Amino acid sequence: MADPAITLAEVRRIASLASLELGDAEAERFTRQLGTILEYFRQIQRLDTAGVEPTSHVQGMGGVLREDGPSPSLSLEEAVGGAPARESGFFRVPKVI
Amino acid sequence: MGAGVQPSGRAAIPRARELAALVRAGRLRAVDVCEHALRLAEDLGERLGAFNFIEGDGALREAARVDRAILEGTDPGPLAGVPFAVKDNICTAHTPTTCSSRILKDYAPPYDATAVARLRAAGAIVLGKTNMDEFAMGSSSENSAFRACMNPWDTARVPGGSSGGSAGAVAAGIVPFALGSDTGGSVRQPAAFCGVIGIKPTYGRVSRYGLIAFASSLDQIGVLAGDVGDAALVLSSIGGHDPRDSTSAPMGAEDYTSGLGGGLEGVRFGVPREYFLPAMDSEVERLVREVVGTIEAAGGEVAPISLPHTQYAIPAYYVVATAEASSNLSRFDGVRYGARAPAAGTLQEMYRLTRQEGFGAEVLRRIMLGTYALSAGYYDAFYLKAQKVRTLLGQDFSRAFETVDVILTPTSPTPAFRLGEKIEDPILMYLSDVFTVTANLAGLPAISLPCGLTGAGLPVGAQLIGKPFAEAALLSTAAAVEGLLQLGGMRPPLCAGPWPGCA
Repeated sequence: MADPAITLAEVRRIASLASLELGDAEAERFTRQLGTILEYFRQIQRLDTAGVEPTSHVQGMGGVLREDGPSPSLSLEEAVGGAPARESGFFRVPKVI
Repeated sequence: MGAGVQPSGRAAIPRARELAALVRAGRLRAVDVCEHALRLAEDLGERLGAFNFIEGDGALREAARVDRAILEGTDPGPLAGVPFAVKDNICTAHTPTTCSSRILKDYAPPYDATAVARLRAAGAIVLGKTNMDEFAMGSSSENSAFRACMNPWDTARVPGGSSGGSAGAVAAGIVPFALGSDTGGSVRQPAAFCGVIGIKPTYGRVSRYGLIAFASSLDQIGVLAGDVGDAALVLSSIGGHDPRDSTSAPMGAEDYTSGLGGGLEGVRFGVPREYFLPAMDSEVERLVREVVGTIEAAGGEVAPISLPHTQYAIPAYYVVATAEASSNLSRFDGVRYGARAPAAGTLQEMYRLTRQEGFGAEVLRRIMLGTYALSAGYYDAFYLKAQKVRTLLGQDFSRAFETVDVILTPTSPTPAFRLGEKIEDPILMYLSDVFTVTANLAGLPAISLPCGLTGAGLPVGAQLIGKPFAEAALLSTAAAVEGLLQLGGMRPPLCAGPWPGCA
């Protein structure tokens, strides 16, 4: 194969965009696998789609709006109850800076 | 029928409508039905790896409430006392909903999905949560982070995926029906592999509120059931507009059961030539072609048609699905729910380690592919291009539906394959969805129904694809074909004995 579909450096960049921490072996395996799969995906580029509108919704439904009024919702305790760490009704996270 | 398994003349799978009628008439206690199903789930269900969680006492309490309602003379609903299974990516209040993923291993949502809430309101009882490919990404259920999931027709084979646990639980007669989700065939392909009915409704027909999102422009909740009548009954209960899902179509619930019982006279079937590939299994092709003969003998009209862009469906589907998945799965970051990597020092490090430790190989692969397809410099060539291909595929169907009412295809190019056979080759696995992804890309309703057994005793499915929101006509046609094929007695080697009231 002349031009690899994706390089190791690109795999590392994509992993960083996706907030993933790939190990060295995994990054190399993904470079091979994603290369093969992206090559397969490229088939669609052979098709002439000049003047074809992209489908964003199959039934052509647009945005759906409702009145912005108050209504019952989850309690604070229920809303944060599934978090791995919380404090006084807030989500607790490691230090940001 | 193949030589391996003979019909017994008795259905392996209990009928929801029969159980509900007996419970409503006071001739069968919902608690007894529930206890029976729980025993089956704990025995057969365990042997099949079908369940991630079994409700136990919670289900019995719900059943007791149905029995009490009947004693008090209040209407317990059309599915009174009927136990059902729920794919583990559909939220059930205060019980585990894991998506078969480590990252949601201990997650229990505070609310029910609308489809689950509507079934509970109809009197049905949640029996448990079913095993699946992690986040519904896969075609064999082998991508579960927790346990292997087997096919009751041959436990060395996959049940299909991603709704493999739901399909196996129905096929083995543990529950009369189950909910699944179908993004590219995840209800229909396992239905075909396990010899049951699987319907994916029109995009927008069933609310996705409480379905953990995979690919938002494709996902739809579907039903797996023992026959078309039960699938119609369940879909009647869960369909209809829901203000909590902005993609839910603004139309009310419909009764799909009243139109059943008609024949095939005058129904025009199209058979697309692109859905019969040289590489496909010869027994699948033979059994589906036999369905054509059966339809013609019963007065249906069958015409060859062409859906010329079919060959681009799989790559277009996987570009769209992975792109949308990479966006949807960004919410799993160890902050609001699910697992968190304990060792992280900073927030950014916590995100990366949590996601790396929490997701399995196929989910990571799809997040990577999707992030690539949406990234600067590649968006036009991949995601936007795939959405244009999607328009062309939709136009193929619109043109076909000018001359036919329903499209008949195989559901999958092969019967159930062996555990481990395709798991190391992602593209080979992706190709098992070749006949099912088109209905998702075009948003059309489609149903898989059993059409016979191979010589080795494995079920084969035929797929009927209908016009948008034409579920009533699709189910009526499917019921007529089901009646002609007379496969009601198909029983897998691993299945329940006679159910109370259904022997």
